[in-house]
Amino acid sequence: MELHSTTAHELAPLLQKRKISSTELTKAVLERIEKVEPRVNAYVTLTPELAMRMAQDADQRLQQGNTVTPLTGIPLAIKDNMCTRGILTSCASRILHNFVPPYDATVVTKLRNAGAVFVGKTNLDEFAMGSSTENSAMKLTLNPWDFERIPGGSSGGSAAAVAAGETILALGSDTGGSIRQPAALCGVVGLKPTYGRVSRYGLVAFASSLDQIGTLVKDVEDTALLMNCIAAHDPMDSTSGNIPVPDYTTFLNHSINGIKVGVPKEYFVEGMDPVVEQAVRKAIDTLAELGAEIIEISLPHTEYAIATYYLCATAEASSNLARYDGAHYGYRSPGTDNIVDMFSKTRAEGFGKEVKRRIMLGTYALSAGYYDAYYLKALKVRTLIKQDFEQAFQQCDVIVTPTTPTPAFRVGEKTEDPLQMYLSDIFTISVNLAGIPAVSLPCGFAGSLPVGIQIMAGSFEEGKILRVAHCYEQAAGFCRSRPTL
Amino acid sequence: MAKISEDDVRHVALLSRLYFTDEEIRQFTKDLNSIFSYVEKLRELDTEAVEPTSHSLKLSNVIREDIITSPLPVDEALANAPEAETGYFRVPKIIQEY
Repeated sequence: MELHSTTAHELAPLLQKRKISSTELTKAVLERIEKVEPRVNAYVTLTPELAMRMAQDADQRLQQGNTVTPLTGIPLAIKDNMCTRGILTSCASRILHNFVPPYDATVVTKLRNAGAVFVGKTNLDEFAMGSSTENSAMKLTLNPWDFERIPGGSSGGSAAAVAAGETILALGSDTGGSIRQPAALCGVVGLKPTYGRVSRYGLVAFASSLDQIGTLVKDVEDTALLMNCIAAHDPMDSTSGNIPVPDYTTFLNHSINGIKVGVPKEYFVEGMDPVVEQAVRKAIDTLAELGAEIIEISLPHTEYAIATYYLCATAEASSNLARYDGAHYGYRSPGTDNIVDMFSKTRAEGFGKEVKRRIMLGTYALSAGYYDAYYLKALKVRTLIKQDFEQAFQQCDVIVTPTTPTPAFRVGEKTEDPLQMYLSDIFTISVNLAGIPAVSLPCGFAGSLPVGIQIMAGSFEEGKILRVAHCYEQAAGFCRSRPTL
Repeated sequence: MAKISEDDVRHVALLSRLYFTDEEIRQFTKDLNSIFSYVEKLRELDTEAVEPTSHSLKLSNVIREDIITSPLPVDEALANAPEAETGYFRVPKIIQEY
């Protein structure tokens, strides 16, 4: 097995027993990047010198044997919307093309302290707004399973980097499916934790009541290891939950005998790719064979989720993105002579089309005369969607659905029709509105393209998700498939 | 719901501090009409007695001790500034006669 295609839980014992060094491992990953990155384009910024320095520090720690964690010496990629002190944080936007943060996001501090090795910052849809990573102002990331297709988005760079062996671990962020959808389309494991489980301090805000940092890795055990490092209450994020964090590895290697798995009838809809449906149905059969009790449930407000989401998320975005005005950091349009002109020109030149569209949508939804009809209405429907889940979790332990209605689509296929692009998030969006956790993991293939299954649980019940996901993954084995590059 | 006109879109663009070409105004008028006619769907639901959810966690105000810590040094705060002068961000004149 080549080092770049292994997992953190396989590498950690080798590093700790000094069978391999972090320097050796990091070099192997950097060589892999050199080989495949020209075709995949997963990274906005690569930090090879920093990575080698961090690897040497990790080797020193490993040699001394104290303060070693399972992530010490392990290469990691960070989505380029999380602040990294001294390293460009662009959000794949022209407006932040030169922004070098003076501080680290809390997750970045935690990973530095754990001894992880930072390989680079990954590509995304500009400000995490998109489902294909095609809205990046920096570059076009391609799906490692098929270079004519998109990797999903908005964490497409992180998902593609993990799938292509260009890192061992990656962080993403998920506002409406931005971790789970690219995980499904790239055949990796992506967890969006409960809203408030991981600090958002230093994550560039898109929609603050929906944004959540999470993991993109090769399997469920690595998900548990990375979550053990990043999940915590943070005084710097008042919306982070002050709830004890369990050791997530204790949920692995358990039977799922008697676990109740709810399957919502609203998630098997017309327009869904029949091969995707088949793969998901087969995964549900596997869960039943493993001892789970499958019950049909209903989430009756599912069909309203996309409309609700695009009102809530754009309203919050229009307010959050007001800060990009060319005054304090980032791009400023040259040669403007009054302040409104400076703001308007800077923003017109600095933001891409989709970001502008969402600012316009959100501003319109919040503007005088429309607030009650649109924004307030959406907040009320959000309550109904949240209640759907609360009622469902009285009948079952976890809910299982497809992650996406289709496998990865072709580059350019949906860029001209924003509504079609929004509709590709149909199965992931409700989870963010309800604030609950969900994972996507590989459950088969449609031709050569990976298909993902989504497992949801109640708030702060990531453990239940990992238990079911690990049991399924061990039985199904799809997590060991890698694209040929 | 009333159709969104090009003038509505120009007004929203001003509120958003975004300049657009006429062609872009036409395109956004089309996009906004298409997306807002889709979200009309929500009107099917009776939400008269439903409380709004602006946030998924039930949180109350979070208060901390008023402890003095060291702030970001001025030079670091200004390091990303498009224009800075003598410890300040430099911007075009804000108050002026029109």
